[in-house]
Amino acid sequence: MSKEPVAVVGIGQTKHVAARHDVSLAGLVREAAARALEDAELTWADIDAVVIGKAPDFFEGVMMPELYLADALGAVGKPMLRVHTAGSVGGSTALVAANLVAARVHGTVLTLAFEKQSESNAMWGLSLPVPFQQPLLAGAGGFFAPHVRAYMRRTGAPDTVGSLVAYKDRRNALKNPYAHLHEHDITLEKVQASPMLWDPIRYSETCPSSDGACAMILTDRAGAARAPHPPAWMHGGAMRSEPTLFAGKDFVSPQAGKDCAADVYRQAGITDPRRQIDAVEMYVPFSWYEPMWLENLGFAEEGEGWKLTEAGVTELDGDLPVNPSGGVLSTNPIGASGMIRFAEAALQVRGRAGEHQVPGARRALGHAYGGGAQFFAMWLVGSQPPTS
Amino acid sequence: MPRTSRHARELAVVAFAQSDHRRRTDELSEVELVMPVLHEVLAATGLKAGEIGFTCSGSSDYLAGRAFSFTMTLDGVGAWPPISESHVEMDGAWALYEAWVKIQTGEADTALVYAYGKSSPGPVRDVLTRQLDPYYLAPLWPDSVALAALQAQALIDAGDTDEPALAAIGARSRAAAGTNPHAQLRGTLPQGDYQVRPLRTGDCPPIGDGAAAVILAAGDTARRLCGRPAWITGIDHRIEAHGLGLRDLTDSPSTRIAAEHAGVFEQPVDTAELHAPFSSQEVVLRKALGLGDTVAVNPSGGTLAANPIMAAGLIRIGEAAARIHRGESDRAVAHATSGPCLQQNLVAVLEGDPR
Repeated sequence: MSKEPVAVVGIGQTKHVAARHDVSLAGLVREAAARALEDAELTWADIDAVVIGKAPDFFEGVMMPELYLADALGAVGKPMLRVHTAGSVGGSTALVAANLVAARVHGTVLTLAFEKQSESNAMWGLSLPVPFQQPLLAGAGGFFAPHVRAYMRRTGAPDTVGSLVAYKDRRNALKNPYAHLHEHDITLEKVQASPMLWDPIRYSETCPSSDGACAMILTDRAGAARAPHPPAWMHGGAMRSEPTLFAGKDFVSPQAGKDCAADVYRQAGITDPRRQIDAVEMYVPFSWYEPMWLENLGFAEEGEGWKLTEAGVTELDGDLPVNPSGGVLSTNPIGASGMIRFAEAALQVRGRAGEHQVPGARRALGHAYGGGAQFFAMWLVGSQPPTS
Repeated sequence: MPRTSRHARELAVVAFAQSDHRRRTDELSEVELVMPVLHEVLAATGLKAGEIGFTCSGSSDYLAGRAFSFTMTLDGVGAWPPISESHVEMDGAWALYEAWVKIQTGEADTALVYAYGKSSPGPVRDVLTRQLDPYYLAPLWPDSVALAALQAQALIDAGDTDEPALAAIGARSRAAAGTNPHAQLRGTLPQGDYQVRPLRTGDCPPIGDGAAAVILAAGDTARRLCGRPAWITGIDHRIEAHGLGLRDLTDSPSTRIAAEHAGVFEQPVDTAELHAPFSSQEVVLRKALGLGDTVAVNPSGGTLAANPIMAAGLIRIGEAAARIHRGESDRAVAHATSGPCLQQNLVAVLEGDPR
């Protein structure tokens, strides 16, 4: 049975900032959705279904906010689904929406993910009470720092690599008008001099807390033919999950991440990701995850990811640009962060990424992960429709 | 062959399991609540978790009282090696919908769907107020029973029902649950005092903990795994405006639209499993679905006999399917709801092969 090809014809983001005191939750999501509709030159009436995602409801204190947001997203009378797969949710949400089109259940779907982190304190929202976890394990950084240390020990990576990633992503963010952090005076020395938070992770190597939303319009072949701007075509998409904690889990390079990437590459006919993929939007909330995921996603041999970063391969003008948008390190409305990766990958192959455009990008990977490095969602998009 | 399949792939519920639903399960973690039903559905089909094409669950962090609660519960699946998996922060009926879509793409032939909820740890009437518009409504803490009472009064004012008729719905449901070993409330129970007028205790669901699981399979796989598969010949869901003042509470247009898309009205149904936590909501749903007196409504006892929030909708699909498996139904409608006063509704049609 052949699937319907899925095209991204509209993308909208809010300008991500620390606190959007000027809008309600409904106002925030509607802003992104309206921009996506504008990009696609469609109206609310053209949308058949809405798929929405966000990270835990505790972040804004609203249980199942899709109920309250139905009106703001033009969903009244339509199907509305709410996905929640922890930090990978933005990616998973896009994939659930894409499946609706691929299965020919709906022709045109609005998918949106958001977080208004200023409504609460995300770090403590993620710090589960004892006895669910050990004391002094504050926030996501506390969870991930030991795994970064394990990566450094395993690969012999010099301790300068993390700061190179942060310096690169923050400079890339200066070219992205929607990015949260615009640090015009950023220098490598400033990154390296920033306070140590969770050894070896420094303040400037961590993601900010953002308010923001990201929306996409996904449609079928007929919808793509009517689109006013070049669409991005989905060539592969997959989700994989593994348990949080178990003996034998490789926190440095989880099997679920490897399997997810392999499934996407198989669908997309990718045999040499390093050569065949032109840009990567990777979920890097702490700088060291760039070299770690380069290996997990098959762009480098095990133990070699940091060498690509150190050699400048992942710079915007490098051979394999990673996070030309500035990435999660520059913008992190948690529930939306995965969808922003997917959307930025689509912008690249549509040739609509503006100042942070990778020239001639034809194939791009969007990547998201969540939980204790256990949930993965990825898609590969191209400038041309899939051939099979 | 199913008679009226509306989508590319034939797809059926081939196994269903649920826990005994109880007022409290202090001695059980959520993983311990879920694992027995997972083992039961897998054993019924002979499948192992690693052989399932797609897994999807439904639950709520707010019931669990902590963020990312489902990440721990996933461990109950024994999810190694890594699996293709997703989660909706909705009733498990919507997890089943996501799994149905996944199978329709052709990327999976089987799916494991599960859902669970423990209402006992907190005051669930207060917890559910957090579902409401956070700026205008939630600060007033109007609880779920009070909102349902508004709907019940609107129905009485419209002449659609009266208090004795509502009492009869509660009595019929709990009598039907007499043959359901999983139900929380069974048999002859007093209608009780007013909770919020016009709703009495007998018009309201019990508060309870529970879990449920379903296995879906496509085409010949379904025929191999189940003697009489419950084919899902149509499924759809729709949402309405959130504000109660924007809706006619005596009607459920979203249920009707979903039913049209699912094909409910094309042929008669013999069974209806309705997710109506309040007796008055059954009145609304019967009207929206056009159910006559010959239809067996909630033969399981329905949500008035057991209401494990987040699993109760999935259980309606499971109960309808189980009746088809047993040969007690040939064409059933299953319904799930979410949000205050039936804001969001899912409708599925399940059919057995002709006998």
